[in-house]
Amino acid sequence: MATTQTKTLSRIMNLPAIVLLFIWMIVPLTMTIYYSFQRYNLLNPSRRGFNGWFNYEFFITDPAFFAAIGNTLLLVTGVLAITIIGGVLLGLLLNQAILGRGIVRILFISPFFIMPTVSALIWKNMLMNPIYGIFAHISEFFGVPPTDFFAVIPLLSIVIIVAWQWLPFATLILLTALQSLDQEQQEAADMDGAGIFSKFYYITLPHMSRAITVVILIETIFLLSIFAEILVTTNGGPGTASTNLTYMVYNRALLQYDIGGASAGGVIAVILANIVAIFLIRSVGKNLEA
Amino acid sequence: MGKIHLEKVNKCFGDIEVIPSIDLEIEDGEFVVFVGPSGCGKSTLLRLIAGLEDLTSGKIFINGQDVSNSAPAKRQLAMVFQSYALYPHMTVYKNIAFPLKMAGIDKSEIDKKVKAAAKVLNLTDYLERTPGQLSGGQRQRVAIGRAIVRQPSAFLFDEPLSNLDAALRVNMRVEITDLHKQLKRTMIYVTHDQVEAMTMADRIVVLQAGNVEQFGTPLDIYNNPINKFVAGFIGSPKMNFISVHDAKQLGAFEIGIRPEHMNISKTEGRWRGVVTVAEHLGSDTFLHVKTEGIGTIVTRGDGELNINYGDIVYVTPNLNKIYRFNEKGLSF
Repeated sequence: MATTQTKTLSRIMNLPAIVLLFIWMIVPLTMTIYYSFQRYNLLNPSRRGFNGWFNYEFFITDPAFFAAIGNTLLLVTGVLAITIIGGVLLGLLLNQAILGRGIVRILFISPFFIMPTVSALIWKNMLMNPIYGIFAHISEFFGVPPTDFFAVIPLLSIVIIVAWQWLPFATLILLTALQSLDQEQQEAADMDGAGIFSKFYYITLPHMSRAITVVILIETIFLLSIFAEILVTTNGGPGTASTNLTYMVYNRALLQYDIGGASAGGVIAVILANIVAIFLIRSVGKNLEA
Repeated sequence: MGKIHLEKVNKCFGDIEVIPSIDLEIEDGEFVVFVGPSGCGKSTLLRLIAGLEDLTSGKIFINGQDVSNSAPAKRQLAMVFQSYALYPHMTVYKNIAFPLKMAGIDKSEIDKKVKAAAKVLNLTDYLERTPGQLSGGQRQRVAIGRAIVRQPSAFLFDEPLSNLDAALRVNMRVEITDLHKQLKRTMIYVTHDQVEAMTMADRIVVLQAGNVEQFGTPLDIYNNPINKFVAGFIGSPKMNFISVHDAKQLGAFEIGIRPEHMNISKTEGRWRGVVTVAEHLGSDTFLHVKTEGIGTIVTRGDGELNINYGDIVYVTPNLNKIYRFNEKGLSF
């Protein structure tokens, strides 16, 4: 198959797509980098010019900056922990022959189809609202004063909302991994005297390691840039308690009209994402090799 | 210590009765082969003994102890699966050590036993590899290693050689037989291959549709098949069955003649026919002869037989070696 002719041909055929993707990536990146070195505020657009490292310095020395990085990492790890542990448990449950398994599976997957803004609004107004939310009613029924979730535990509330959205994805991937577990291997473990927990730890979990890696990598990519859920619920507050890096960049660009500073924040976010990606690939990426 | 006794063992999957009722007595140290066509319930029977399937009714005793409701691990049995069922993420060492680890044996003891098993099976150089890096025969040996390391009272083999190529299968057949001689433990071996059954077994159980058709030594079953099914199943190529007037002449409803119990001649004999297929194996020659009176029969001659496709031959049965069957297919 791989003759010189077919290789050249396939390269030529691939070229338009690759060029397009490259432009798609390089133009915004170059513009962001360019603006990050410019003094450019929409409130005072006439005052422009080269600004050196000032935008970066200003962004990093912002007291909200380290809080935002911490929140970003907490958000990612919190959601990952809930979705993977929950996903493994739900996967094990859905892999059993329970009554109405088909319907239960569809019900489980449905949160993934709801757009982030809508689901965050539903959580905010129908579930977590301290006056007429369902959680408030439940706690009142037990005589406990209702919690104002977004004021008391803003970041955790957002973690719960996002985890609810991503749990179906994790469950689905982990369920397919469970279904491909060899029946005879489990029987062999039975014969070898492994109990239910040993079997899970020594046979099932190693079998799922690759699927877990895939879930971690894919979810991390999306979770680093969580935005809609924060915008419609807490607006990053109270204070900076639920501000992540993405929200901070938005805040700088569209609330303070500081294009230069926001661009610098965007570049920092890209660098942070790359650090996380390298760290992840190093630590869990080896699971992906056959 | 591996006496296995089955009493009125019955298994149904839903409404389908796979095994109506089986009584079987397997002696300690015996190599017993369950053989039968696919779907005859031989694997199910093995899995019932292993405890991987629940009995519908009946009882299973191992060393006199009723284990009908015991968990697989409690039965002191080890099993080698058709797909080997090795744990892919563990090294060979860890695979073999796994049952010992589950039994809570301490590390130095495990190490000693695993090394000993590896030595018996020529796996010492491969202990640090994973199953993915091994050949089919080596994987098979790891699976056996995992079974012998626990020193079970009996071994169960579920078609263990069916994934190997022909040459390797012959080798492994010899290795398993040797292993049985060394370990002197009860072994139950399931196969659909009657050559494996004949060469390895002390005694053979021939199964059909969940019933034991015959239980006896290989040669006993070969020489004295109890009915037409057993006669046709054991022996390769298959026995020829003849039910026309020749059978009546010999005083039976139907007669059976094995291909090896016939004389082939180019000039004279009982049945005249045309050779439609001639298989020259070197050591033997198998001829499919289309006769005028009794249909196509298969016959075996020696390797030097110079008969080819289209030749006219005469075939004469050895009358001392024919099998007689009545209307119900039972031999008499």
